[in-house]
Amino acid sequence: MRGPARGRWLVGALCIAAALAVPFVVRSDYLLNFLILVLLAAYLGQAWNVLGGYGGQSSFGHVVFFGTGAYASSILQTRFGVNPWLGLPAAAAAGALVGAAIGFLSFRFGLRGSYFALITLAFAEAFRIVANSVPFTGAGLGILIPLNQSAANFQFRDKPGFYYVALALVLGSLAIAWWLERARFGARLAAVRENEDAAAALGVDAFRCKLAAIALSGGMTAVGGTFYAQYFLYIDPSIAYGVGRSVEILLVAIVGGVGTVFGPLLGALALQAIGELTRAWLDAPPLSLVVYGALLMLIVGFLPNGLIGLTALGRRRRRADA
Amino acid sequence: MLELSIALPAVINGVMAGAVYALVALGLTLIYGVLHIINFAHGNLLMIALYAVFFLLTLGGVDPYAALPVMIVGAFAAGYLLYRYVIGTLSHGKDQNVLLVTLGLAIVLENLALWLWTGDTRTIQVPYGYTMIDLDIVFLPVTKVIAFVGSLAICAALWALIALTDLGKAIRAVAKERQGARLVGINVEHIFAVSYGIGIACLGAAACFLLPTYYVSPTTGDAFVIVAFTIVVLGGMGSFIGALVGGLIIGVTESLGGLFLGESLGHIGISLIFILILLFRPTGLFGAAR
Repeated sequence: MRGPARGRWLVGALCIAAALAVPFVVRSDYLLNFLILVLLAAYLGQAWNVLGGYGGQSSFGHVVFFGTGAYASSILQTRFGVNPWLGLPAAAAAGALVGAAIGFLSFRFGLRGSYFALITLAFAEAFRIVANSVPFTGAGLGILIPLNQSAANFQFRDKPGFYYVALALVLGSLAIAWWLERARFGARLAAVRENEDAAAALGVDAFRCKLAAIALSGGMTAVGGTFYAQYFLYIDPSIAYGVGRSVEILLVAIVGGVGTVFGPLLGALALQAIGELTRAWLDAPPLSLVVYGALLMLIVGFLPNGLIGLTALGRRRRRADA
Repeated sequence: MLELSIALPAVINGVMAGAVYALVALGLTLIYGVLHIINFAHGNLLMIALYAVFFLLTLGGVDPYAALPVMIVGAFAAGYLLYRYVIGTLSHGKDQNVLLVTLGLAIVLENLALWLWTGDTRTIQVPYGYTMIDLDIVFLPVTKVIAFVGSLAICAALWALIALTDLGKAIRAVAKERQGARLVGINVEHIFAVSYGIGIACLGAAACFLLPTYYVSPTTGDAFVIVAFTIVVLGGMGSFIGALVGGLIIGVTESLGGLFLGESLGHIGISLIFILILLFRPTGLFGAAR
């Protein structure tokens, strides 16, 4: 087994080297912007995957963490003059805290399956309404982050800076997924996902496991929110807490393949590419989304294990499951 | 502080709106109760139904209330075919896939509407649009009263269909125990499609009652999705009487929330009820124990 294992490391190292070299080769801002959005989507999808894939708790309101992260760093920056690089860990902490609070409430009361999905949706909606109503968040006007381009200010002058940050986020999230597949915590989480009662009978503290997973997932997602805010320099309640983004986040993981290390990355690439191509080919924006939705339905219909099921990685995984 | 002459009309208005909400939620709860899936395209299908009513009036000259039979039959057929040939086929009967397929469907429908009919908000003019009924304490538009009475009548008819007919018995059998139902010779796939069709037929009827007092745009349905989910959870997933009572409670909550907390923050009442019910009584007011 040494051969294939070493081969995998080599392939991984080559992929990372290639990803690092991209900004030196790709000069088009359009393409770099596309790649940045792919990486951000992959990162958010992986953050969802920690809870939804590895933990088996499908959230329909992950935007609650995304928005909290985006607002946390933006409010700290515009109201208290805190550097967004310092806002980043603060956002992660806020996301983890919100995650722990939602998790504490919903898992303490034993919500599972669709009930859990619905309560996350409800929390996201409650956050959106509050953000839309109170002056502290800028209400419906949102928050415009003042332009002050410098790397020290997390506002890069050009795309490669953002590209490398997004790449670092994705690599970090892949490492977390890789760790989950090997660590004791990941094994406990998988046991809870497969059969919570059996896991509890074996002495796994299911409640604490799920709580840790939602806090981790929430913290990760919040960091993605801060990245979004710094990249676009504007957020409002529907950007930060809109239902649509919750759907996008979970689609990336599910279309790619839930509970896998590379599924979200694959899903993000496919979904962004489909979105971009349909936009380019079909002049009318609504029509491209029609095709996007239809393709999504077909992917679900014909690739029930996600895109990863098509690849060697997916096949190996299926054999391991069998 | 609580001025009765202000609060009472708000409550009555809330009850009127709540009955239509109940009808929308009834479709959702039926689909959930039988198929155990969350129909994410529910709001978008309501939006399509609203456009159908709109065009029946503007192009065909059919009054919204006269369109009721056509809308119910048409929506049922559309729902049946949609389940049979799109949702059921693509999802291979796996719950998570059904959910994703309905999500995809929601994206398709919303953008199809945007492409075909633009993002304009459309309203209709009916001759009786401003006719009022004087109830002494409050003036009520006749359209709202018709919507209230009509929605209750449809709810009652649906209850009779489920409780009293053989088809209803088959639907209940599939909802309780699909494997057992299959064994006694019920065509489960057919019942799934019929249930989905009935759920969408409720939307067809709701659209007829809604449009005279409401408007339609490609995103109209979104406003109803969370409201309908809340009602279904509040009443108990799969419970008929629950959807009705839940609809009325939510209608009043929304109306009073808007009155006391203002237009924007007023909506939070619904989300809070949703969260509290999920936490403390996830089976809802009338749901069976899990």
